[in-house]
Amino acid sequence: MEDCVVEVKGLWTQFGDNVVHRDIDLCVRHGEIMSLVGGSGSGKTTMLRQMIGLENPTRGEVRVFGIPLQSNDSTALRKLRDRWGMLFQEGALFSALTVFDNVALPMRELRLLDEGLVHDLVMMKLDMVGIEPRHASKMPAELSGGMVKRIALARALALEPELLFLDEPTAGLDPDRSESFVTLIQELHRELQLTVVMVTHDLDTLVALSNRVAVLCDQRLEIVGTLDEVVADPHPFIRNFFMGERGRRALEAVRAVKAIVSMT
Amino acid sequence: MYPTNPAALRGPEIRLVSPAGQLRCFVVSGTWNLRGLESRLRDLNPRLAEYASDAGAAWDLSEIDVLDHAGAMVLWRAWGRRRAATLTLKPEHEAVFRHLDISRQVSVKSAPADRLWFVVAVGRKVLGLFEHLVAVIIVLGEVVLDALRLLRHPGGIPWREISSNVYRTGTQALGITALVGFLVGVVLSYLSAQQLRVFGADAFIVNILGISVVRELGPVLAAILIAGRSGSAITAQLGVMRVTQELDAMEVMGIPQTLRLILPKMLALAISMPLIVLWTNAIALIGGMTSAQLELGIGYTYFLSSLPDAVPIANLWLGLGKGVVFGFLIALLACHFGLRIEPNTESLGIGTTSSVVTSITVVIIVDAIFAIMFKDIGIS
Repeated sequence: MEDCVVEVKGLWTQFGDNVVHRDIDLCVRHGEIMSLVGGSGSGKTTMLRQMIGLENPTRGEVRVFGIPLQSNDSTALRKLRDRWGMLFQEGALFSALTVFDNVALPMRELRLLDEGLVHDLVMMKLDMVGIEPRHASKMPAELSGGMVKRIALARALALEPELLFLDEPTAGLDPDRSESFVTLIQELHRELQLTVVMVTHDLDTLVALSNRVAVLCDQRLEIVGTLDEVVADPHPFIRNFFMGERGRRALEAVRAVKAIVSMT
Repeated sequence: MYPTNPAALRGPEIRLVSPAGQLRCFVVSGTWNLRGLESRLRDLNPRLAEYASDAGAAWDLSEIDVLDHAGAMVLWRAWGRRRAATLTLKPEHEAVFRHLDISRQVSVKSAPADRLWFVVAVGRKVLGLFEHLVAVIIVLGEVVLDALRLLRHPGGIPWREISSNVYRTGTQALGITALVGFLVGVVLSYLSAQQLRVFGADAFIVNILGISVVRELGPVLAAILIAGRSGSAITAQLGVMRVTQELDAMEVMGIPQTLRLILPKMLALAISMPLIVLWTNAIALIGGMTSAQLELGIGYTYFLSSLPDAVPIANLWLGLGKGVVFGFLIALLACHFGLRIEPNTESLGIGTTSSVVTSITVVIIVDAIFAIMFKDIGIS
C-alpha cells in the first residue's frame, strides 16, 4: 500500500452544470514536493482548497494523514489542523494584528507555550523567512507584497507543520525574491522533512522545487509524474505549457545546473 | 515514514546516565516536536532547568527520533540560549540548531508611555476634526463643480445611477420607516392621551401629534434610520471599492469619482429623503390616530378634518426641507468616510462606524439649528 499524506479518491467538483473535476485520484507521498499545474479555470486552487477542507467536493473523498476531511470527528480534525500549514496567495495576514502577533497567534491558540518561548519561536521563524526584527511590530498594511508573503509563510510554519500547502508562492515577487523564496522552501523541506503541495504558474519555481508534477486539464489529471515524464507527454496543453519559449528556457536552465552538479 | 499513529512514537524524555568517574551525561530521547511536547512541557520544563544548571554536564541528543524548531528551542532556552558545552547530535539535526542563534538579543519593545499622552490625544482629536472639515469641504466643492458642469451639459447627468440609488435608499427603506413611524405614533399618542385626559383637553391630541410628527419626529426619525441603513451601506461600498482597488482603476481610466459615485448618491438621497419623510409622517399619524381613537374615542373623520387647522402647512414644508438637507448631509458624510478608508479590514470597520455616528450627530445638530432659525414659522 502506498503511504499517502494526502489522498484524493474519486473526486468530482461541479458548480451547477459546470464540471470542474471528473473522477480524480491523486496521492501525495510523504516528503515530496508535489506541484499542481493547469490552465486558468482548471480548478487547481479549488482542488487545493478541497485538500485543506475549505471546500467540499461534490463527490469523492479527501484524506489527509489518513483522516477523511468529510468526517464528523471534530477532535481529529482539530488535531489535523495543527499538523498542516497553508500559505495563501495574497498572504491573508490578519490586518488588525502586528506582524509579531500574526505569527504568534497559532502558537498562543495552543495555550500551552509560555510567552517567552512564543517570543523566541516567533523571532526565529521571522528570521528564517528573512524578516528583520524591526519589522515585527509593524502592521501588515505597512509592508510590501513580498514581505507579506514571507510573513505568511512564517505563520504557516508556526506550528511546525508536517504538510505545507502553497498557493502561488512566488506570484507577485520579483525574480530575486522568488529565487530566495524557492531556496527557503527547499531548505525547510530538507531540514524538516516537509511534505509540500503547491499550486503554481511560475515555471522557474515549478522546475526548481517539484519532485512530482500533476497536470490538471480537461477536467481530469492528465498525468502525474516527475518533470521529465510530464514533459514527454504529448497532450497539447502540456506541450504549450512546457515547450513554449519560456518553458524551454526554464527547463534548459535547470538541466544545465543539474549537469554542472553531476560533473563536480 | 510519517507516523500514522502518533501513539506509536515515544514521548519526549530525558534521563541521566552517569558513567562511573566521568561527567554526568543527560540522554535526550523521543519526539521533540511541538506536538510531542505540548502535553509534556509543563513537567519537562522544571526538570530541564534543574539539569541545565549543571554547566559541566554532557548532553547526548542522538537518541532523539524527531526534532523540530520548537523542540530545539526548548532545549536551547534551558541551556541559557547557547549550545551546551559537550553536545552529541545527529548530523541531520545540526541544521535545526543553526537557526536558533538569532533570537538571542532581539526583542519586540513597545514604545514607552508618553507622559503628555492626554494632551496629545486631545490635540490629535481636535486637529482630526479640522482635517475632516477640510476634506468634507473639498468633496462638497468637487460635487458643486460637477453639478455646474452637468447644468451646462445635461446629457452627462448619470440618470441610471441616480435612479438605482433612489430605489436602494428610498423604495427599499419604506418597510422599516413605516414600522418605526407607526410604533412611535402609537406610543406618542397613547402617552399624550393619558395626560390630556386629566385636563379634559382631549381635542388637543391632534395639535400635539400633528406638530411633533410633521415638524420634528418625521424628518429626524427618517434621517436616523436612513443614516444607519443607507449611510453605512454607502461607506462600506466605497471602502470595499478602495480595498479591491476599484477606485484606483476608475481614477486611472479618467472616470471622475465624484461624478459617478458621489453626486448620484447625494442627489438620490436628496430626492428620496423628503419622500421618506412624507411617508413616515403619514404612517406615524395613522398610528397616532388609531391610538387616539382607542384611548380617547376621537374618530378618524374628526382627526383628519381638524388636522389642517391644527398644523399650518408651513410645518410640512419645513419638514420636507429638512429632509432634503438631511439626505444631502448623510450622503456627503457617508461618501467622505468611504473615500478615506484604507485598504485593511480594521479601517473599514472604523470608517463605517464613524460614518453612521457622525451622520446621526450632524443630523441632530442641524435639526437644532433649524429649530432656532424657523422658530417663528408655522407655530400659531
